[in-house]
Amino acid sequence: MKYKSQKVAYWFWALSMLLLTIQLTYGFIMGFARVGLDGLHQWIPFNTAHTVHLNTLVVWLIAGFMGAAYYIIPEEAETELWQPKLAYLQLIALTIVGVAALTGYHFNYWEGRKFLEIPRELDWLVAIDVILFLVILLMTILKGKKKSTTAWVLFGGLTGAALLYLPGMISFDSQVLDSFFRWWVVHLWVEGVWELIMGGILAFLLIKLTGVDREVIEKWLYVVIGLTFLSGILGTGHHYYYIGVNKIWLIIGGIFSALEPLAFLAMTLWALSMYSKGEKKHPNKLAIFWTLNAAIVAFLGAGVLGLAHTLPQTNLYTHGTLVTAMHGHLAFWGAYASIVFAIMTYALPNLTGRKVYQSVRGKVAFWLSNIGILTMVSAFAAAGVAQVYLERIMGYEFGAVQNEIKVHFWVLIIGATILSTGIILYIIDFIKYGLPTDEALEPA
Amino acid sequence: MLTKQQAKLFFLVGTFVTFAVFIGLTIYSLRQVQTNLPEDVARGKHLWEKNNCMGCHTILGEGAYYAPELTNVLKRRDVNFVKGVLMSEKPWDLHGRKMVAYGFNEQQANDLIAFFKWVGTLNLNGFEKVDRTVSPLAKDRMKDQSN
Ligand code: HEC
Ligand code: HEM
Ligand code: HEM
Ligand code: HEM
Ligand SMILES: [Fe+2]
Repeated sequence: MKYKSQKVAYWFWALSMLLLTIQLTYGFIMGFARVGLDGLHQWIPFNTAHTVHLNTLVVWLIAGFMGAAYYIIPEEAETELWQPKLAYLQLIALTIVGVAALTGYHFNYWEGRKFLEIPRELDWLVAIDVILFLVILLMTILKGKKKSTTAWVLFGGLTGAALLYLPGMISFDSQVLDSFFRWWVVHLWVEGVWELIMGGILAFLLIKLTGVDREVIEKWLYVVIGLTFLSGILGTGHHYYYIGVNKIWLIIGGIFSALEPLAFLAMTLWALSMYSKGEKKHPNKLAIFWTLNAAIVAFLGAGVLGLAHTLPQTNLYTHGTLVTAMHGHLAFWGAYASIVFAIMTYALPNLTGRKVYQSVRGKVAFWLSNIGILTMVSAFAAAGVAQVYLERIMGYEFGAVQNEIKVHFWVLIIGATILSTGIILYIIDFIKYGLPTDEALEPA
Repeated sequence: MLTKQQAKLFFLVGTFVTFAVFIGLTIYSLRQVQTNLPEDVARGKHLWEKNNCMGCHTILGEGAYYAPELTNVLKRRDVNFVKGVLMSEKPWDLHGRKMVAYGFNEQQANDLIAFFKWVGTLNLNGFEKVDRTVSPLAKDRMKDQSN
């Protein structure tokens, strides 16, 4: 590490790992409910489990991004963070809001809108917390010696994510409008501004890990995020096919969302070519693994599996089925979970001064978690395709079909167990690194 | 060869143009969306939201995939059947999976039903027919079943 204040990143990542374990636990509750083992129904019905699963997912990723920003921005701007104490305050506030929201979900205190369940009163606290976060970053960039493209793209992505949270706070009487603006948050996050955040982190990692010239890497960063917005903004239309708005979205959404995989493909090619070009490869092999994993699996999960159901002709049948769950898991895993693992794996040795780059446990964690998620995705795929066929083509009743495809949920649970074993190993490694220390400071 | 400046320009122009088109299309299509809803429909919608029915069900194809899609529930189920589900004091579970036992009162159940009725009248570009029966094949099957 180069600046003492980078240490705050560690605590965001610790929170992140804690939330991830909660996410997985509630995932299992849903998985077991799907095979008929729903003994917890009275206390944790499926909708509570689902909401906790999705919200812990989003918050552990955001905490991961915040940690990444607090690590990357000082190094890019070549200065200590502006007011590191406020960064700790911001972490504590985030934790308090998180605990309050998660508790509320067990007492019917929420807004039943998928992904945006945080009640509006708490939304305001989230907004204040995020503004504080952005102010700290902005002040740091402004007082810094250098203003790099990577830092600005990362900051721009985070600011965009904050602004796009606002349309999610409006209340509607019409389900159509509710759905319309829910996508301004959900879609424009994962297929818009979050890709900027990912691109910024990826650029930083590629610069550090491959030794390729910054100017080359940042030029391609612009190309990637250019493709992202060019396709992703109008690509929002792929959620407007069947919710009661104009037909024009069938064409606009179909064409532009079909172009979205290009941005992910560009990201993959960018990472792979920088990697093969790089002459000064960093000894931290595991960080390179996770970085390339993010670039490759994001393309598979978001690009390929997204394309699989994005055309109106297919989406008519797959809309709102387990096919969507298949895509959702691999896309989130590849793009966002993997990039958070990548930056943590890169930064932990630098923060703690414990430079173990070749841990066997770390490698096993990498492979098990990837094999686990792929197994889960195959199970969702099988269940989803069978569901579409039996329910929407053959016309059987929903409940009857779900009982028919039950076997796939056992496969899901097996995959989830493999994934969770991998994650537990990763967290053991995380803990074994120990706490961040000023002794790890590197001479400039 | 592309320079960094050109790449930046590509990003800025592409973003600006598509964003402007997006806002234009949004205004255009929202003008055709009904906004003044009957009170019972609005109350039903808020009950739907307050109880997070979407955490198990989908509506307009959005939500969780644990329980039946409800956009067309009143076309496949009788009103009294739906009322029974909503007012049930015990977890409803026809096929094994449990619903939360809300035990709604008559008025709340009616509001939710008004909400489902309204959703059922929307023009969904074809999805209104898909809900559970989509292909000609499926339509034939449905006819067989109802005979
Ligand atoms: C814990 C999950 C869960 C929650 C929450 C939930 N439901 Fe259900 N609901 C189900 C399940 C499962 C069924 C199907 C039961 C069966 O047929 O086996 C169902 C069935 C129904 C049905 C009958 C559908 C049909 O085709 O037979 C209606 C109507 C319904 N729910 C409305 C609601 C409303 C309104 C809410 C919110 C106030 C709600 N549900 C919340 C799980 C849930
Ligand atoms: C990393 C990027 C992505 C992530 C994390 C992601 C995640 C998700 C999630 C979680 C959903 C369900 C949302 C909900 O119901 O609220 C969804 C839906 C969808 N995604 Fe993606 N996605 C990504 C990229 C893409 C891309 C690039 C495409 C198209 C090529 C795509 C196509 C779709 C479609 C068509 C749906 C709607 C499914 C339905 O009708 O039920 N996604 N995505
Ligand atoms: C995309 C790939 C797949 C599709 C489309 C698919 C589809 C189906 C369908 C339509 C059924 C029949 C349900 C019925 O009417 O009884 C079925 C049953 C079954 N599937 Fe799959 N499947 C796929 C992959 C898999 C995989 C990967 C496994 C195992 C790891 C698997 C294991 C089973 C088993 C054991 C059954 C029998 C269940 C029973 O009859 O009780 N399938 N599948
Ligand atoms: C223990 C492991 C896990 C299990 C058993 C599990 C299981 C599930 C289940 C059963 C659902 C609900 C599907 C539905 O009925 O609506 C779900 C939703 C979801 N999970 Fe997981 N999950 C696990 C891990 C993960 C991970 C690691 C991620 C992210 C990388 C993730 C992301 C999601 C997303 C985005 C959804 C919403 C999908 C959609 O509606 O399209 N899950 N999960
Ligand atoms: Fe999308």
